[in-house]
Amino acid sequence: MRLYVDSSRCSGCKACLVACSLNLFHENNPKKAALVILPHFPVPGTYEVKVCTQCGDCAKVCPTEAIKVNERGAYYVDMDECNLCEACVSECPEGVMFVRTELADTAWKCDLCGDCVTVCGTSALWIAEVEAAAA
Amino acid sequence: MNGYGGSILRVNLKTGQIQKQPTPPDVARDFLGGRGFGIYFLTKEVPAKADPFGPENKMIISTGPFSGLLIPGGGKCDWTTKSPLTGGYASASMGGHFTAEMKYAGLDSIILEGISPKPVYLFIDDNKVELRDASHLWGKSSITVEKELKEQFGEEYQIATIGPAGENGVLFAHINHDYGRQAGRGGVGAVLGTKKVKAIVLHGTKSIPVADLQGYKQAGMDLFKACKEAEILKEWQSYGTTMVVSWCDEVGALPTRNFTAGSFELGKNLYAPVMRKTIVVTDKGCFGCPSPCGKYSHMRRYNTYVEGPEYETIGMLGSDLGLGNIEDVAQANLLCDDLGIDTISTGGVIAWAMECYEKGIFTKKDTDGLDLKFGNAEAVFALIEKIARKEGIGALLAEGVKRASQKVGKGSEKFAIHVKGMEQSAYATHNATAMLLAYMTCDVGAHHNRAWAITYDLQVGREKVVPEKVARVIWLQNFRPMFDVLGACRLQWVELSIDRNLYLPALEAITGIKRSWEDLETVGERIWNLTRLYWMREIDGFGREWDLPAPRFYEEPPKTGATAGQITRYEDVQKLLDYYYEQRGWSQNGTPTAETIARLNLEQFVN
Repeated sequence: MRLYVDSSRCSGCKACLVACSLNLFHENNPKKAALVILPHFPVPGTYEVKVCTQCGDCAKVCPTEAIKVNERGAYYVDMDECNLCEACVSECPEGVMFVRTELADTAWKCDLCGDCVTVCGTSALWIAEVEAAAA
Repeated sequence: MNGYGGSILRVNLKTGQIQKQPTPPDVARDFLGGRGFGIYFLTKEVPAKADPFGPENKMIISTGPFSGLLIPGGGKCDWTTKSPLTGGYASASMGGHFTAEMKYAGLDSIILEGISPKPVYLFIDDNKVELRDASHLWGKSSITVEKELKEQFGEEYQIATIGPAGENGVLFAHINHDYGRQAGRGGVGAVLGTKKVKAIVLHGTKSIPVADLQGYKQAGMDLFKACKEAEILKEWQSYGTTMVVSWCDEVGALPTRNFTAGSFELGKNLYAPVMRKTIVVTDKGCFGCPSPCGKYSHMRRYNTYVEGPEYETIGMLGSDLGLGNIEDVAQANLLCDDLGIDTISTGGVIAWAMECYEKGIFTKKDTDGLDLKFGNAEAVFALIEKIARKEGIGALLAEGVKRASQKVGKGSEKFAIHVKGMEQSAYATHNATAMLLAYMTCDVGAHHNRAWAITYDLQVGREKVVPEKVARVIWLQNFRPMFDVLGACRLQWVELSIDRNLYLPALEAITGIKRSWEDLETVGERIWNLTRLYWMREIDGFGREWDLPAPRFYEEPPKTGATAGQITRYEDVQKLLDYYYEQRGWSQNGTPTAETIARLNLEQFVN
């Protein structure tokens, strides 16, 4: 399973980012979310959303093996084991692996909790099997 | 304090002194936030009879306890000041992402005091607060400035800016944010301009504390689920507020040619499906909004982009000016946004000028050669530019329809469509007595959003003048503004019809304080009465006469459209006020009585 997005449906409201920070950090702070919304305004007036594909490249390069697989089959960061080396950040093809030491003493990423999908009013986000959606 | 940023930021623009104070818990209890904080600080701190453009006036920018949290539409920001347009209370509500960012920077209100000696922008990055030179931005348009500042600081930074009109002191200049969200009404942009503040750049990375995290998360999710399950959601997402254009046209509420009628023969060209198909490229939401009403449009005819037009702009820059092409209306919208003027007041003042021209009160000598006939889009574009720059006839129109008509005279005061000096927004009220009363008594002038009672008129009989109808208007005026106070959008309740009781567990979990809607409506009533006291304090002789509508709505029945031949009688206008004052606990001159003031704990504001 992974998170999918149709950027053309995104209206840039950031409810997903708040829900994400609540799940990952138990905080109201969209700067600590594991999705990215890139607004392209004033021209051409579109939003571009980046989400984790659960490709696992981050886990492969993590020297402390802090990136593990959870009960949903998603890669997540074991925050106690992260050493902030940022190897995962440069490896992530989608730009959704985060280290911001001014905000948290750990790397973070999408753990497929699904809360972003729950709050997205425009159904821009959904979770599906990797194969099924790709087909 | 749970649910709050925690601080009030004061910036003295003259001395450059910057201070932070803890948000007072008793003010949070009695006024909650947003508009409540605005009128509290305005009444307490700006001396009576202050010049709106003088150093004593302040700009008070406030969030509410829902702002920046997992609450549908928690992105409403209040801008309160003394209005240069009306001389009374101004409170403009702005969507977008500004208010959420304020909370993440730990701020509940920003209070701008004094006048800067030179153009500046206010830069806030968490605890770093600086006034920075804005000479390179002065004179530039809103969209240019936002783009430059975003490129300089990054997408995470939120920008609010004025256009040239704000710098030039156009009395209905607005504040622009997020490429198309505005604090629109009452001249808030002109106040910022006279303070020499071109923009505010804002970034915050703090987390907002809440009392009960699990309870809040559950209540927030429940609200989002209710929105997503709403039957009308899909249609609303497609069209936003433009959904009502066709309805208004059909029932005679669509302002047409300076409110001479409520139905427009070219109205069909402005209906929602036409707009969606012709120009809309993206649905654009404010912070946390599951039902984005913002429509981002591309006008191929002009190769330009704008957020909008929404209903009010279609009414005021479209049908009210006789423009029947959606791309023209959207282009006029863009010019207003970019130059920094409120589309509603701009439409109102241009419609008045067009009527002056068609009646022969203005000739081409007065209009700088413009052929100001209704329906002339090129003339509208030229006038918008002239107003923003105060050039030629634009200097007269930049003063708003009340002052302009008083200067011109010749009977033009009769068709200056305003209340208290604020141009009426886009509901024609020839025979819609609840909506008429809503405009007459609105706390900022003729604005619709405090009590959007037009549907109620249709539901119970539009010509009826009965106490129950007045009670409905009062209830709406007490209740609806509470969304502005809480810092969230009202449209999920209005348009998606979600149960308002779903907000209560969220508020309790966020702030740790249990409150009922009855209690919150009392806060709304307190705020409503305090704004009334503010008008009385600022304007000698303020009273019943200030609550009268434009004579057009009791003297001139429309000749065409759904309301042809229909009009509210003057006796009924007066009767509406009789009932209203009585039910409000005000004298028959519209003054809150001592008992009402005491009941609402407002004594501290009257002595």
